[in-house]
Amino acid sequence: MRYLPLTETDRSAMLATIGVDSVDALFRDVPEQARLKGPIAGLSNHMGELAVERHLSRLAAKNVTASSVPFFIGGGAYKHHVPASVDQTLLRGEFLTSYTPYQPEVTQGTLQYLFEFQTQVALLTGMDVANASMYDGATGTAEAVLMAARINKRNKVILSGGLHPHYREVVETTCGVMGMDIRAQAPDWKNAEDLTALIDGETACIVVQTPSLFGHLRDFTALCDAAHAKGTLVIVVVTEVVSLGLLTPPGEMGADIVVCEGQSIGNGLNFGGPYVGLFATRDKYVRQMPGRLCGQTVDADGKRGFVLTLSTREQHIRREKATSNICTNSGLCALAFTIHLSLLGEQGLTKLARVNHANAVTLADKLEAVKGVKIVNDGFFNEFTVKLPKKAAKVLSKLAERGILAGVPVSRFYPEMDGLEDLLLVASTEVNSLEDMDALVRGLEEVL
Amino acid sequence: MAMNNQGRDSTPHAVTVDGEFVTFTGNKALQQEEALIFELDNPGAVGVDLEAPVTTKTRLGGVKTRASVGLPSLAEPDVVRHYTRLSQKNFAIDTTMYPLGSCTMKHNPRLNEKMARLPGFSDIHPLQPVETVQGALELIDQLAHWLKTLTGMPAIAMSPGAGAHGELCGLMSIHAALDARGESHRRRVLVPESAHGTNPATAAFCGFTVDTIPAEENGRVSVEAVKAKLGDDVACIMLTNPNTCGLFEPQIREIADAVHAAGGYFYCDGANYNAIVGRVRPADLGVDAMHINLHKTFSTPHGGGGPGSGPVVLSDALAPYAPLPFVVHGKNGFDLVEQAADAKGAKPFGRLKGFHGQMGMFVRALAYILSHGADGLRQVASDAVLNANYVLASLKDVMSASFDGPCMHEALFDDRFLKGTGVTPLDFAKAMIDEGYHPMTMYFPLVVHGALLIEPTETESKQTLDRFIATMRHLAEKAKAGDLAHFQASPRLTPRKRLDETQAARKPVLRWVKPAVPASAPVGVAQAAE
Ligand SMILES: Cc1ncc(COP(=O)(O)O)c(C=O)c1O
Repeated sequence: MRYLPLTETDRSAMLATIGVDSVDALFRDVPEQARLKGPIAGLSNHMGELAVERHLSRLAAKNVTASSVPFFIGGGAYKHHVPASVDQTLLRGEFLTSYTPYQPEVTQGTLQYLFEFQTQVALLTGMDVANASMYDGATGTAEAVLMAARINKRNKVILSGGLHPHYREVVETTCGVMGMDIRAQAPDWKNAEDLTALIDGETACIVVQTPSLFGHLRDFTALCDAAHAKGTLVIVVVTEVVSLGLLTPPGEMGADIVVCEGQSIGNGLNFGGPYVGLFATRDKYVRQMPGRLCGQTVDADGKRGFVLTLSTREQHIRREKATSNICTNSGLCALAFTIHLSLLGEQGLTKLARVNHANAVTLADKLEAVKGVKIVNDGFFNEFTVKLPKKAAKVLSKLAERGILAGVPVSRFYPEMDGLEDLLLVASTEVNSLEDMDALVRGLEEVL
Repeated sequence: MAMNNQGRDSTPHAVTVDGEFVTFTGNKALQQEEALIFELDNPGAVGVDLEAPVTTKTRLGGVKTRASVGLPSLAEPDVVRHYTRLSQKNFAIDTTMYPLGSCTMKHNPRLNEKMARLPGFSDIHPLQPVETVQGALELIDQLAHWLKTLTGMPAIAMSPGAGAHGELCGLMSIHAALDARGESHRRRVLVPESAHGTNPATAAFCGFTVDTIPAEENGRVSVEAVKAKLGDDVACIMLTNPNTCGLFEPQIREIADAVHAAGGYFYCDGANYNAIVGRVRPADLGVDAMHINLHKTFSTPHGGGGPGSGPVVLSDALAPYAPLPFVVHGKNGFDLVEQAADAKGAKPFGRLKGFHGQMGMFVRALAYILSHGADGLRQVASDAVLNANYVLASLKDVMSASFDGPCMHEALFDDRFLKGTGVTPLDFAKAMIDEGYHPMTMYFPLVVHGALLIEPTETESKQTLDRFIATMRHLAEKAKAGDLAHFQASPRLTPRKRLDETQAARKPVLRWVKPAVPASAPVGVAQAAE
């Protein structure tokens, strides 16, 4: 076995040192009836690299990759081009095969990039501080709701109908079990929702999203003011983080907590994971934050260095009184995010955001010219909702047969709900060429 | 030595300070001082070439755009060099033995990385029509089959993002099962004192109260101690096996039976599954739910803090409550159940994560599993346990072993051997760093004083272990010989010496802030000291 360095000679010598005659003797605490005598039946035995590669390559070949077709699927995960140097750099073994930085003297590399990551997230969101990452945007949102409830000791939560349904479900599941009163609003595909009237003195927080699931853009400044007047916190969710290269950051609108899905920067689609949750808040709430935090300090010689800090919030110190149970988070995805954003820089990010918007505007203009097709949105970033004259799921399948992955039918998220069957979410990023867009237009003309 | 505010040496033209050779730049050959990316700002530079937008027309619906973000600008070579230099400040499995107990820092095969990067896995969207992702669903199904067969358990939830998230999944399933039984009053969770912090934190996260079971003298949990705590308000026990002292719980079957007889469930923390994979099936121990850290037992890289993946195997009693989404065998191949209404008789407790789980980690774990096979995985457990026992046997005369052997995959020592020397476990660990080893886990588990928990894993050779053992013996003897100063000044040879954690917590600086006057001098050029 290529991954196991002990030889038979080694094993015998080691058993002699230990003073037992077989490895079985080391398992003597295992109840007799639970000791398996040999390899578990019905599973294959070890394979060489070539055989494993063949097996997995066959599975991979059964999937249609985003790069191989005109591709317009978004809905909380976006196809972007990630520069080659991102992956090549994070593949360095010193990053890849290191653990959580518990020993700061020998993990300054990880700690410094986490400090850079936290700074980048704070800058992007317009907030004071950010943590070292959550599993993803959805789990980060549930953590944000719990954090808000810890801060104002209230129990009611209002979820916007523009919030991604997976995020809503994760909040309902995770916070529901804690007995929180969760008021999810109906899907707001028309961008008509006004949550102000729902906020009362019992409301812990409201959770809103921009761009929303349906691609609508919102300014939450007035909502934040109204919420704060009632002691309610505002959590702003961003599932397409590239939009922050163009749009007013939630921090400037008055958000108390901002949660983003960071996948779009540095991370591939990966069929949904691993991704990286970004979590930012105001200075005054730092001690209520979940997750790891990296902080600056000095070493014994007075030189600047970094450590994990404020860990008295965390499970390994506070156990059942911790702010969260999270331990392992999304370190390497955070590194991918940091390297990609460093490559982009101020100019690159702004331009990337503009290119995304320009491609979406171009596509929207083209689709509007197709008979029977309406763009629902007034405004959007790189994704919008299209109203079709037929069931979106059917149209999507027909287009998929023609080799076009056209978007996400809203009914995939809300199969039970009437009135949403003809809505399709369509995203266009920097990867979409004009030819791709024309292919979609032609395809739609054929199937409608 | 004078410092500027970026931590760079600002002593001009110094060649020696107190007899120590000091370079002009502050660098030490291969060890480079590296500023923050923000301090390397090179306005006008850009690291990505993008084509111009195809139109300047906007459709923003009247919302405002932002003026600036405040990010630095760098060209690609400077970004690559920056992060490469940072990488050189890390210990990693690739460069040294990393015997961090409870973390299973084993070799991360590069085949796994190559497979995870096949576009057929890395470049597919979670919301593609299922007909276009049949291979991905098949892969999830195959990994699920392996994990169920290895553990002997009938069901599995694949979506949890790491171990602690798996614990949440298990406890939520238990919560749902109790509610379905009409026993929502069962809200007490038994957690042994030796448990990892995530166990009590997770129980509290689900609204349970935590009741601690004291540890026995021999590091195990006794069935009597469990029975003493059982009652009709107990939801479950969360037991780690092998436990955090590196010991198999010999009374585990009796404990499981007692908990079941009292109407509770048995959650097993499977973080230490590496010790028994292929040799013992958790199902045969009476387990109802157990998370498996793919980033431990199944070699997916830890990446400096994740991402992980924590699938949870479930017993028949809990299987109906497994969360959405899950893969099923449908009429036309594989299908994905994303809505409770489609769950056919099951009662999923909800959803734990966006999309379908840590696919990238699933690919790596399956590559690892196929490479080893059923025979190789059994050997993994055997060698992991053999290595730990070899370390225990080779060090127990100079370091104080907390419990008699044999141990499982990790060897636990405590600080009795340092008594009277003034050397703390932390000092001892820092001296290991100068010798080129990542320290073991310290001060955990909490049930022994000054814990030193060594987990070598099966991927260390005998030669490596022999060198490690010799080093540990040397350090133990040095401590006993009274060389306290050596330990207290360790580490000396690292890019940074001991860091002031008290200051970090007292006055938290959690991000870089642009200085009022831009620091424009390049690295190495002296600036006025603060
Ligand atoms: C015994 C034990 N339980 C649970 C965990 C939590 O796992 P994770 O970090 O993957 O959330 C760990 C790892 O840190 C552990 O060692």
